Amino acid sequence: MTVITDALCPFCGCLCDDLTIVVEDNKITDVKQACKLGASKIMGHHRIKAPMMRKDKNSEFKEVSYEEAINEAANILSNSKRPLLYGWASAVCEVHKKGILLAEELGAIIDNTATVCHAPSTLAVHEKGLPSATLGQIKNRADVIVFWGSNPVHAHPRHMGRYSVFAKGLFSEKGRKGRKVIVVDVRKTDTANMADQFVQLEQGSDYLVVSALRAILSGHADVVPESVGGVPKDALSKLVDTLKTGKFVGIFFGMGLTQSKSRYKNIDNAISLVTELNAFTKCVITPMRGHYNVTGFGNVCAWETGFATAVDFARGAPYYNPGETAANDVLLRKETDAAMIIAGDAGAHFPADSVRHLARIPVVQIDPYWNPTTEVANVVIPVAICGVEVEGTAYRMDGVSLRMRKMVEPTHLPDTEVLEKITERVKLLRGE
Amino acid sequence: MELLIKNGSVYDPSNGINGDKADISIKDGKIVDKVSSKATVIDAGGRLVMAGGVDAHSHIAGAKVNVGRIMRPEDTRSGIKPRTKLTRPTTGYTVPNVYAMGYRYAQMGYTTVFEAAQAIMKARHTHEELEEIPIIDKGALTLFGSNWPTMDFVREKNMDKLAAYISWGLLASRGFGVKVVNPGGGEMWGFGKNVTSLDDVVPNFDVTPREIIVSLMKANEMLGLPHSVHLHCNNLGKPGNYKTTLASMELADQVKASRDRQVLHVTHLLFNSMGGTNWGDFESKADEVANYLNNHDNVTGDMGQMIFGSATTMTADGPVQYANAKLMHAKWANGDVELEDASGVVPLYYIKQVSVYAIMWATGLELGLLTKDPYKMLLTTDHPNGGPFVNYSEVIALLMSNKKRQEEIKTVHEAVHSKTRLPGIERELDFSEIAIMTRAGTAKVLGLLDTKGHLGVGADADVSIYDIKPDQIDPSVEHAKIKSAFSSAAYTIKGGQVVVKDGQITATPMGRTYWVDARVPEQHTNEMMKDIVKKFKNYYSIQLANYMVQDAYLTHPKVVKAGAIPVEVR
Repeated sequence: MTVITDALCPFCGCLCDDLTIVVEDNKITDVKQACKLGASKIMGHHRIKAPMMRKDKNSEFKEVSYEEAINEAANILSNSKRPLLYGWASAVCEVHKKGILLAEELGAIIDNTATVCHAPSTLAVHEKGLPSATLGQIKNRADVIVFWGSNPVHAHPRHMGRYSVFAKGLFSEKGRKGRKVIVVDVRKTDTANMADQFVQLEQGSDYLVVSALRAILSGHADVVPESVGGVPKDALSKLVDTLKTGKFVGIFFGMGLTQSKSRYKNIDNAISLVTELNAFTKCVITPMRGHYNVTGFGNVCAWETGFATAVDFARGAPYYNPGETAANDVLLRKETDAAMIIAGDAGAHFPADSVRHLARIPVVQIDPYWNPTTEVANVVIPVAICGVEVEGTAYRMDGVSLRMRKMVEPTHLPDTEVLEKITERVKLLRGE
Repeated sequence: MELLIKNGSVYDPSNGINGDKADISIKDGKIVDKVSSKATVIDAGGRLVMAGGVDAHSHIAGAKVNVGRIMRPEDTRSGIKPRTKLTRPTTGYTVPNVYAMGYRYAQMGYTTVFEAAQAIMKARHTHEELEEIPIIDKGALTLFGSNWPTMDFVREKNMDKLAAYISWGLLASRGFGVKVVNPGGGEMWGFGKNVTSLDDVVPNFDVTPREIIVSLMKANEMLGLPHSVHLHCNNLGKPGNYKTTLASMELADQVKASRDRQVLHVTHLLFNSMGGTNWGDFESKADEVANYLNNHDNVTGDMGQMIFGSATTMTADGPVQYANAKLMHAKWANGDVELEDASGVVPLYYIKQVSVYAIMWATGLELGLLTKDPYKMLLTTDHPNGGPFVNYSEVIALLMSNKKRQEEIKTVHEAVHSKTRLPGIERELDFSEIAIMTRAGTAKVLGLLDTKGHLGVGADADVSIYDIKPDQIDPSVEHAKIKSAFSSAAYTIKGGQVVVKDGQITATPMGRTYWVDARVPEQHTNEMMKDIVKKFKNYYSIQLANYMVQDAYLTHPKVVKAGAIPVEVR
């Protein structure tokens, strides 16, 4: 029996690094400290046994060797005029580096799961920057915490205990008792049930409400109507007072803000609110990133290509124009003629028309798990699980990078090796 | 592998060679006495030969550089080049991608560059980027000026623990030296406040910036680190701050150097040589700062020269970045790091016709020209704060030609006449002085003059050849040729390998990452670690076991040994 301490969790953007893992005969038998979501992933389920291929999307999969699957994947990608390499968020940075190299080689578009998640936040960062801080700064200092369009009780279960609501630190020794917790959402979530103040707004009115808060903050309460987005003006004034009088305000936002009406403009507005609050107190804002290493892909892609995501290599040089070069843009325009989906599940999370197009074109899937993307794939290459069977780098939602442990020996090839082999094969097919 | 560079007009000032016709012999990556007749010959044909350039302060890798990229796609779009058979695609101007960092430095004849600031907690990110920067040797300075353990040990006056913390922090971050940014201010920015003088007390920690700077200098010398404390002064970017700068430099008198170098390096002095009381009566005080350096041998500085046009300011000085963003209505990224420091990123655009920017531009050049000894004033643009490093050739041309300066002065705001002394300065630097400010001096300030910044036997075979014949050019008149030559080396040789020819990349070997392993007595480390363990148990948001940068992130390490206990005892 081996006990691994201070192990990292390969599930959500909290990237908890205090897990204890018990291993017996190369099998994980117990996971301690993790939340249910993390423990379930680490304990393992629904693995794809072996590489698979099928003649067409209506045929049954047949198990093949890695070599056959990799060669077919390379054939599909090198024959493509407009390949898309999508996913990446559930893999370590070492995989991202190989992926970008393959995208360069193919002249492909490379995009990650942020495109249906926090990519609007990135657009807002282009406009306004991002006044943020590491999560420990929140833990030690924040006396006001806001969750806006995010529900950590279910999506980031240990966030509140480790970093925010309940965490105790040098200037927050009372933990929960010393904090005001505010939840802004369209419905009374389980997180809202724990809040000191719940601000319920109408679906799609986030932008209006942020604007109203900014108006009140800047001394123009007179222009704010009696009710904004279903929220009474009094409640908004009270909220501004709470924010202004906090010693350290930490705002966390989720897909309720990024994927509702007005999308990136919501974040743009919220960042302006945060910047303006800094004239009164300290205030920072942090996106609640989903996958454990979606932040890592954005970082690797930025330092290698200069752009955080949705990079098109068709011209040989990186080109970035979300709205034109993001995964769903090229799928909805039916431009993509072959796709590789890796460490992300387009089949489950993309709009129906995008998935319909994926069902028409050759698709290579690289993933440890059987998921809806498998249903539209032609070639399926199972891989080792990053952070469980393979070590490597991941970036927490606040940009702190940590090294994931290897807990057990892999039963499948790692992503990096599969990508290297595909790249070699592509070069060979192209006579390089 | 042997290489012979013949007929060069060699400028190697630390070895007393100033334009002599000489041959350089290279074997196995090092400069040697002579090589066999089998050596590959490069005929320099009387052209200018110098050691590879060394940069002691440039923001090339890590969290804030990448935040700059992410928030500035408009910058990434300038300077895009597709991949070639040999090179990866390059992007960006003020915040280039990792490949552009390496290629562009090499194309300028630079072979060694130090990232100016990394928080320990984010050092893993810095090294991920450093590992992908091709060709050049590199390293990173580690922030210690607002760390809770630093302030605790300073307050306790426990120098043994402080030295042990620096030793451990350098190991944890694989850092090369001690960087101090707005000491105490990083902690105060945690609650949106700042320090305003050397004697402000940091709340909850009961220490002053003065005490932090002096204690860190003492600990730095106890450890005999190759580099001295590298200070970004308090009050950066505020009119009247030259007084704080002079007072900070005076602190060096309290500490004796452990090596043949300064006790204190004060960086990007352009931003810290400001007179006046507000932006209305703002003026240059570069003369006062240069005068101090001229009369003291224990302090060095670098210019932080401004380049007109686009810049991306990035610094651990969080409060100054908030102030910049507010003043300019610019986009603002903030990046506080728990228990360690602050940081901020703000894009700016320096315009010739704005009086403040014209004065700052002149201030940088004044610093370069009024400081008599070039070993005391290194050439930097504090990339990309003053401007991108690709403009070093512009700075060199300005320093070498009064004619060029006078031409430029005509195009900038007239305040440059009344608020600076630049128009009246006639000094023109020569090739030796430029070689010192970009090679020998930089290497000496970093404590690397044994292998870097010169061409003597035993030095690393890092050589640059520029398309100038020093005996046939008048830099004062032909400044355009000077600028052109220094922007694109005829040859850059890195570790004995030709990496650039006629300005084009010819090879992309991976350079090494320098870090300092400074040993202290074990009981000091043990005592210090008791405090660190508590910090992790109670305050950090990650586990101690996951904090230190692992070996996996240094695939080409170069360890420099130092420490409070003699090397042979280990």
